[in-house]
Amino acid sequence: MAAPAWTRSETARGYFTLSPVLIYAVLLLAAPLITIFAYSFFKDGYLVIIHEFTLENYIATWSDPIFRTILLRSIIMAVVVTALTVLTAFPIAYFVSFHVRPSRKSFWLFLITIPFWTSYLIRIFAWKVIMGYSGVINSSLEMMGLMGDGRLFEDPFRMLTTLPAITVALAHAYAPFAILPIFVALEKIDRSLLEAGQDLGETRWTSFLRVTLPLAMPGVVGAVLVVFIPVIGDYVAPELIGGGKLPMVANLIQAQMLPLDNKPVGSAITISAMAVVALIALGFVFANRKFLRRPK
Amino acid sequence: MKFSGLRTYAVLYLLFLYAPIVLLPVFAFNSGTVVSFPLQGFTTDWFAQMAANTTLRRALTNSLIIGGSAAVLSTVLAMFAARASARYRFRGKAPVMGFIMLPLVLPEIMIGGSLLIVLLAMGVKLSILTVILGHVLIATPYAITILSTAFSSLDPSLEEAAYDLGETKWSTFRRVTLPLVLPAIISSMLISFTISMDEFIIAFFLAGNEPTLPTYIYSQLRFPKAIPVILALGTCLVVASIALLTLAEYIRRRGLAKTGAKDSGGFL
Amino acid sequence: MNKSNLDEKQMIEFRDVQKYYGDYHALRGISASIREGEFFSLLGPSGCGKTTLLRTIAGFEDISSGAVLIDQGDMRDVPANKRPTNMVFQSYAIFPHLTVAENVAFGLRRDPRTKAEKQKLVDETLAMVGLSGYGTRAAHALSGGQRQRVALARALILKPKVLLLDEPMSALDRKIREQMQVELIKLQRELGITFVLVTHDQEEALVMSDRIAVMFEGEIAQLDDPEELYRRPKSRRVAEFIGEMNFLPTDVIGESQGKIQIEVAGLGRAQIEPGQVSAGMGAEPAVGFRPETMTILLDEAATQDREAAGTIAEVVYYGDMTYYDVRLDGVERTVRLSMRNLFGRPVLEVGMRARIAWSEGALILFR
Repeated sequence: MAAPAWTRSETARGYFTLSPVLIYAVLLLAAPLITIFAYSFFKDGYLVIIHEFTLENYIATWSDPIFRTILLRSIIMAVVVTALTVLTAFPIAYFVSFHVRPSRKSFWLFLITIPFWTSYLIRIFAWKVIMGYSGVINSSLEMMGLMGDGRLFEDPFRMLTTLPAITVALAHAYAPFAILPIFVALEKIDRSLLEAGQDLGETRWTSFLRVTLPLAMPGVVGAVLVVFIPVIGDYVAPELIGGGKLPMVANLIQAQMLPLDNKPVGSAITISAMAVVALIALGFVFANRKFLRRPK
Repeated sequence: MKFSGLRTYAVLYLLFLYAPIVLLPVFAFNSGTVVSFPLQGFTTDWFAQMAANTTLRRALTNSLIIGGSAAVLSTVLAMFAARASARYRFRGKAPVMGFIMLPLVLPEIMIGGSLLIVLLAMGVKLSILTVILGHVLIATPYAITILSTAFSSLDPSLEEAAYDLGETKWSTFRRVTLPLVLPAIISSMLISFTISMDEFIIAFFLAGNEPTLPTYIYSQLRFPKAIPVILALGTCLVVASIALLTLAEYIRRRGLAKTGAKDSGGFL
Repeated sequence: MNKSNLDEKQMIEFRDVQKYYGDYHALRGISASIREGEFFSLLGPSGCGKTTLLRTIAGFEDISSGAVLIDQGDMRDVPANKRPTNMVFQSYAIFPHLTVAENVAFGLRRDPRTKAEKQKLVDETLAMVGLSGYGTRAAHALSGGQRQRVALARALILKPKVLLLDEPMSALDRKIREQMQVELIKLQRELGITFVLVTHDQEEALVMSDRIAVMFEGEIAQLDDPEELYRRPKSRRVAEFIGEMNFLPTDVIGESQGKIQIEVAGLGRAQIEPGQVSAGMGAEPAVGFRPETMTILLDEAATQDREAAGTIAEVVYYGDMTYYDVRLDGVERTVRLSMRNLFGRPVLEVGMRARIAWSEGALILFR
């Protein structure tokens, strides 16, 4: 029996094969996102949602100075974390790609990814332990006799509940996210291009700047995005390291969604934050478009 | 000169990466109740307390159920996606695949929050089942990444050859495709499992009253007294993760050796 | 090329086979038949549809209309796994997770014979392709030539009526390729199985085939035995694709008594038979001839052939042969001639004058 015509089309077969995962994603990803988008335009009646179009939630969100402060703080923190993570990750990716023997590369990648696969909560918490008032750093300094009256440091450092502390913890948590895309981009570089560059009179440094770096940029852009986006939505670090004193967008969303139970405003905040993140991400990609236009 | 400079940097960087992890066992075996230097003395009490904790055991059971289900479901879903993306060229493939991979770049709080709203609006009772739904969503893109590599490096002629030699579509899959992608399937399940075991926010939003390992840990971090037990737990989790990852890497390499493929990097 | 004692029974028949991929018309009405026991080649540039046509025999491609018959049976509803054909793939498609013997025995799973009988058959088949003792090797550790032998053994062990070969030699080094070509011809003669080979290499097709179908853009341009194809290409395109051919602009002066009078630039007037005329495909009329059909005269000796004169513009030395590009007097045209480097024959130099002997019978008029 000949197969029906529709199964012969490659598009039909492609979508047919894809259908289980596509249906799942539509039901559990698209539908929820559309729903919060709809909710953000609904009124919150106590315990019920009034299905009536309103812009109140957005007005309430954006006119609230707390929201603006928190959003700005989240953006600044995410930018700093991203910059720090990507800048420190690049030399590692470069080292593994260019200076590690091919047979040892997967071992190095393995070493780098192991911390990433161990409990995120406990890693963030470990930083709290390290940076606490009587934590590892302060108690070590004390033990070494460097801290106390008349010593090198008078008082223990107050590191927790500061932005730098949150930044360090997050930069640590997202390090492999930054290393891997850059590594992949560096691996794709044809090594004879560098030899060609040096053959044409470039020094190692200028051939790095003129050949390696531009070719690695797609990886850097990828690294920036995969670090920036989850960091700006991070909930745990501000809560644990910041002690709730420096809330970020995610903490605000959680507060609206759960304890305050104002889902329309929570949705409006979520949508607003998503829009801002998307704008920043697209702007960044657009600014780097000349590096990305290379054919694959 | 540059070489040794980079190497020094790499070693320091690894120290930074491992510092918080190395601290866990140090204080997990320390008899002092406060996490600070100098160390007090050696003890295994915290591990004993951990083992005796019934809530913790319940959380662990829940997490294992969730992790196991999410691993199997996301890997099965990802096999369809990887197959479709490796095998067919069709209109709208890039945006559709992009959409399926979206959870990779979507902050978990947004996934958790939006799922919560929908599930509550539909009157679904929150349970470990709802957590599984969420975890499958975030683990599937990782599974797709792993499986796509395996499926797209599979020569399509291999399946045609088996079919040409008299096998049916199904027996071709069983005799040729499956053995060749099996290492990737195992890697994918292990990694999806690890992601699920470690996931906090979605579980926090969707688990209702059921504890999972991360939500239990989070609830305990507020109590200074509970910290040494959590550090003991953390130590166990680190050991388990490393064991699991080593296993995954071993299987992946054995799979490569068996088919004579070239080693092209590790996970992701 | 012993076609005289070939059975004339047809093994494969294409009846107006059409194939569309969306809007793309990949096969444009193929009608041809392949005889039982012949070594048949589908030759053409990439994208001409030759592989698609081969895959319609195997059953990997549906056809949009028309019919493919194998051994008189319409294959419309017969899936690839039920067809009496087996294929050697371009990549060889050796199962990397199996040993050589497991690869060869792959298709025997449903065979009712005992394990020992199957083992014996596998050993015999491996011996046939020259791989005795390789059975326990891991398949991925083989060289290109060995992989091809495994692929052959795996297909031939099922005793197919037709063996399909999809560019099987394209991945091999030249030396091994030539060796495999000879072995394949021998194997085909011994087994008497119909072989259908897809290749873009005209030399390979000429060496191996009983008959060749030359394909362009989804159509068969010419189907003939190698000699006929080389000597009498039916169109300028086939002539250009197979071997080397010189073309000179030509005026047709007239036709009388079944002969055609022409004026060839650089050669002068000539008279040819109607059998020497092929399709020019819209271009200006031109005369074509092969490099070896003309000779550079090395002494003042007289010849019975026609003569032309020119200056040697380029010399390309190949060891056994030398190619000369000669600029013909009176026209700004260069023709390429080939000369065997017989013992004692000097290799000429650029700039030397050359007398060229040619005959009317070697000319083909494309118009």
